[in-house]
Amino acid sequence: MRMRSTVTILFLAAGIAAACRKKPEPPPPPQQAAPPPTDTRPTPPPPPPARGLEAAAERARVALREAIYFDYDQDNLRDDARRTLDAKVPILLSNRAVRLRIAGHTDERGSDEYNIALGQRRAAAARRYLVQQGVEESRIDIVSFGEERPTCRDASEGCWSRNRRDEFEIVAGGDQIRVEAR
Amino acid sequence: MNEQRSFVRLAFGFALLGVLAGGAAAQGDTVRITGVYGINMTPGVAVLPVRAEYGDSIRAILQRDLENGDRVTIVGHDPSGLPIVAEDMPFELFGRVGVNQIVQATAMMGSLHVAVLDVGTKTTRQVEDFLLRGPPLSPEWRMSLHMAADEIERWITGVRGISATRIAFVRGGQIWTVDSDGEHAVAVPGTENGLSPAWHPTGDYLAFHTLTESGTQVAIRDLVGNTTRRLTATRSGSNFTPVFSPDGTTLAYASGEAGTDIVAVDWMHPTHRRTIASGSTNSSPTFSPDGRRIAFTSGRLGQPQIYISDVDGSNVDLLTVAGLGDQSYRSNPSWSSDGRTIAYQSQIDGRFQIMTISLGTRSVVARTSEGENEDPDWAPDGRHLVFTSNRSGVRQLWVLDTESGRTRQLTRGSGSVRNGAWSPNLTRR
Repeated sequence: MRMRSTVTILFLAAGIAAACRKKPEPPPPPQQAAPPPTDTRPTPPPPPPARGLEAAAERARVALREAIYFDYDQDNLRDDARRTLDAKVPILLSNRAVRLRIAGHTDERGSDEYNIALGQRRAAAARRYLVQQGVEESRIDIVSFGEERPTCRDASEGCWSRNRRDEFEIVAGGDQIRVEAR
Repeated sequence: MNEQRSFVRLAFGFALLGVLAGGAAAQGDTVRITGVYGINMTPGVAVLPVRAEYGDSIRAILQRDLENGDRVTIVGHDPSGLPIVAEDMPFELFGRVGVNQIVQATAMMGSLHVAVLDVGTKTTRQVEDFLLRGPPLSPEWRMSLHMAADEIERWITGVRGISATRIAFVRGGQIWTVDSDGEHAVAVPGTENGLSPAWHPTGDYLAFHTLTESGTQVAIRDLVGNTTRRLTATRSGSNFTPVFSPDGTTLAYASGEAGTDIVAVDWMHPTHRRTIASGSTNSSPTFSPDGRRIAFTSGRLGQPQIYISDVDGSNVDLLTVAGLGDQSYRSNPSWSSDGRTIAYQSQIDGRFQIMTISLGTRSVVARTSEGENEDPDWAPDGRHLVFTSNRSGVRQLWVLDTESGRTRQLTRGSGSVRNGAWSPNLTRR
């Protein structure tokens, strides 16, 4: 995270943000300028516009990572899931270096073997939707963990509904995200 | 109950006399037919005290193996209940306490000498020496006793026993094996994050799928060479629920991205793979014993159901026909070694239960009702099933005899257990 922030800031300061067609060569690693290992901003603080842009980029990353949820034994996208996916689309369209891995998950009910297939179908449903919105399929890997990685373990609908999900991981290009500051 | 049992055993004794001339197969049939409905009509067997170092352990293992086969009734668990054997074998006295067959064993110099005596004809039926491998009480030593017990069971009933087998299962994110009598539970190295184990027909390999950061991948553990080989390494998609063909050359598993197909590869040289079933959410393949058909779970019509097809993918048939308004969820098929029956799990009142379906008549039998019961797998005798049940509180493996309805708990301990897979007869270790 620390490295990512630094790289982003340097990248932005170089003023070539507008030209980000492809992943540029990373700038020389700023070893001696590396900030302390904390979550605080590097010192000296970057100029205010960069800070605003970085905050926007972070918001974009959060939006990209936001999970979507499914009904029992279903892989069709609910309206809330579509809204969550819609928020990812412009970020993906304007940041072509970003690659995602979508991991489908299920609740503990059902067969643990069949649930891998169901999780795979859920991941595929999200990718299909993003591709329909213009995102290149080759930028999105889809995997399934079935019921093996629950976020909670109570035997209740409240917990099961949180486990029936797609998780989104940024596997490349997350440090190059460029978004208009608001 | 004891009186009834004795009576039944006596009756069986007469019946046995009648069929003895008919040979082993006829005896097996007789036992099978009269063993229905849980009434105990199996031959009474006494295992005499074994005069040897570790004789008590030898007797206990043989006795328990014969009992776990569910084809005989052990008489005189406590040897003080048996007639005293002096110079001559007191056959009449054994007959009076319901014994049809007497197992007489002695052990010395790494060898087990076994004789089976027939009470009805007062003759020795069979004699054989078995090699006892490994130091006493070691896993190898126990396994060689299991092999002897399986052969003794074959002499008595006409059907080979299944005690020289192991059951692979999942506990704590790793694959384990346990002997068929519940002893010697050990983790299999190199199977971390492994699930859904399946045995190679030689017993030398376990196929399984393993959770990695890049999804679910198929791997094979060589139990002899102690190496693990990753068979798939896809960046996107899942590869899961592998199973070996009965001839051992082919591995079938579910694989895919947008949908999961059932595919088959020559697992020793996996350059080319063919698709058996495609187009939807398929998983959990199981081969027919002749290797020509395959059953699997598919959600192609919504709720998962069991389908069967030829191994080339043709002649697809919905096996578990859902009735009108039937919302049942059916999965995890296992094809019996006699080819006649498929076991699977079906959701009833929100809980999975073990079912079997006859491929001839399509008649379905519910095999469990207590607690939730999942993931059946047939023993090599096509009669016993191992499955996961939470009836004791924590999920453990249980064994069901589908003929008598008897069940026994196979695994114990606080950790949750699942995905039981019964090995073939392990004649080489």
